[in-house]
Amino acid sequence: MIQTENLGKRYGRFDAVAGLNLKVAPGQVLALLGPNGAGKTTSMRMIAGFLRPSSGRAVVCGHDVVRDPIAARRALGYLPEGAPSYGELAVAEFLNFAARVRGLTGITGARRMDEMVERLQLQPVLAQTIETLSKGYRRRVCLAQALLHDPPALILDEPTDGLDPNQQSEVHALTNQQREVHALIRGMARDRAIIVSTHALDEVRAACNRVAIVAHGRLRVEGTPAELEKRSRYHHAVSFRAPASALACELLARQPEVETVEVDPVDGRATVFPRDGGEIFPIVVKLLEEQRVRVEELQLERGRLEDVFRQVTDEVFAETAVAA
Amino acid sequence: MSARTSVIADRAGRGRAFRGVFLRELHGYLITPVAWLFAVIFLLSAGAFTFYLGAFFERGQADLDPFFRFHPWLYLVLVPALAMRLWAEERRGGTLELLLTLPIRPWQAVAAKFLAAWLYIGGALALTFPMWLTVNYLGHPDNGVILASYIGSFLMAGAFLAISECLSVLTRSQVIAFILALAVCFLFLLAGDPLVQQPLLALGSDRVANGLASLSLLAHFQAIARGVLDFGDVAYFVLTIVFWLAANVLILDARRGG
Repeated sequence: MIQTENLGKRYGRFDAVAGLNLKVAPGQVLALLGPNGAGKTTSMRMIAGFLRPSSGRAVVCGHDVVRDPIAARRALGYLPEGAPSYGELAVAEFLNFAARVRGLTGITGARRMDEMVERLQLQPVLAQTIETLSKGYRRRVCLAQALLHDPPALILDEPTDGLDPNQQSEVHALTNQQREVHALIRGMARDRAIIVSTHALDEVRAACNRVAIVAHGRLRVEGTPAELEKRSRYHHAVSFRAPASALACELLARQPEVETVEVDPVDGRATVFPRDGGEIFPIVVKLLEEQRVRVEELQLERGRLEDVFRQVTDEVFAETAVAA
Repeated sequence: MSARTSVIADRAGRGRAFRGVFLRELHGYLITPVAWLFAVIFLLSAGAFTFYLGAFFERGQADLDPFFRFHPWLYLVLVPALAMRLWAEERRGGTLELLLTLPIRPWQAVAAKFLAAWLYIGGALALTFPMWLTVNYLGHPDNGVILASYIGSFLMAGAFLAISECLSVLTRSQVIAFILALAVCFLFLLAGDPLVQQPLLALGSDRVANGLASLSLLAHFQAIARGVLDFGDVAYFVLTIVFWLAANVLILDARRGG
């Protein structure tokens, strides 16, 4: 269980994080979303005990991170931003160090280490110096360090960042890497409380069962991905692809239940948005049939996280613009 | 009972965390070129200074005074160079975040780093033993004085190290850490010297001047190197080390707040 109560961090007159209330129970993977500078990393650093909160408190598995720091840190696995590690050490040496500091010695330590090496597929680089490794490997080494002591609570600051999808030749391997990390997180989640910060909304869908959007240091929206998708204007929208459907679109837009119809200029896909999130699927189907439109593809939209994310951050920008 | 065992388990856990950092640091000295460079330069220049500047043979005396006389100056440059990375590197590389979120208390991390580095310097110092063999082969030196000098030299290195480690936590730049440490070590080395004393006396601050003079590393080292292992001199070095390490812990802790 990871819990924050009114957690805040103030630098001079600037609130990096303010009044953050989160509660992540075992079995939950919370995605912390937000634009750059929203306070994600600062929040995670406070929970991990690297930064001292200016107000409020954070509790990891019943241990206050300020008053009982050692017990809190024992219960927590932490992947800091950028996945730092000691570059001059070999992978095995680094993991040995982490195990020793965590009090994992002897057979238990060795067994845990073998497990992590296997799970994160570090076998081929075990004897290699960390600074000679690719970014993806380095991230996995740091991830292994965070999971080594089998902690009941986990904080992962951008776990798949640096698994760079731009290098053409490595594209396949890297997306696989990301997928593996997602699978790992899902696997870990069974009996653990996990917070993951990310930019990638795919990651939220792939690995998380709760989402919190923060902006300007404040929690804006929180819920399951499905709940958030409901807040999107795409929720219950109907999209279809059909040649020669301009008239049908015109007619659809005039329906009282329909807010608007948008046609993608690139692929010609039309999206019909409902008024006040109402159900318009039957209406759209009926009208398309009446107009004898030959539909190539028809889809009921669940809602889009991207859309909610943009909506929330736009609101915040509008607020700050007004305040200024 | 359970509370008691948990306290014991807690202590054992802490001991392991301390040991983990200590061993990693020590291991770091054995695999990084900087540390070997330190040892090689220390040994070479200690030898060179003794025989050329110290006129070891020409003096015709069986003692190691020309050898120990140059230690403060060697340490002045070499110890800040060895210690500049202690925290600056961790801050720049982001590993400080890793280290401080492990179940270890700040004082343990500070002490573990200090002890590993001190031990390493001690190792380099111990490797000067051929000097001792030579002087014993050539004559009949007072080995008590030599032992006291070795202890004094080791303590002085510890003081320089504590100062340098503490200043390393102030910055991400190893170069700045080095220059800061060099300047502060120089000040403490020569605190009793006219170079430092005269400006203070000119300002009319006799008390400050006297107080600073009593903090002179050089004076305390020379006192021990004469062969008198005085409690006051030893206590001076120990307190200097403790003071700077404590300051290091406080600065490290204050940084979390900011």
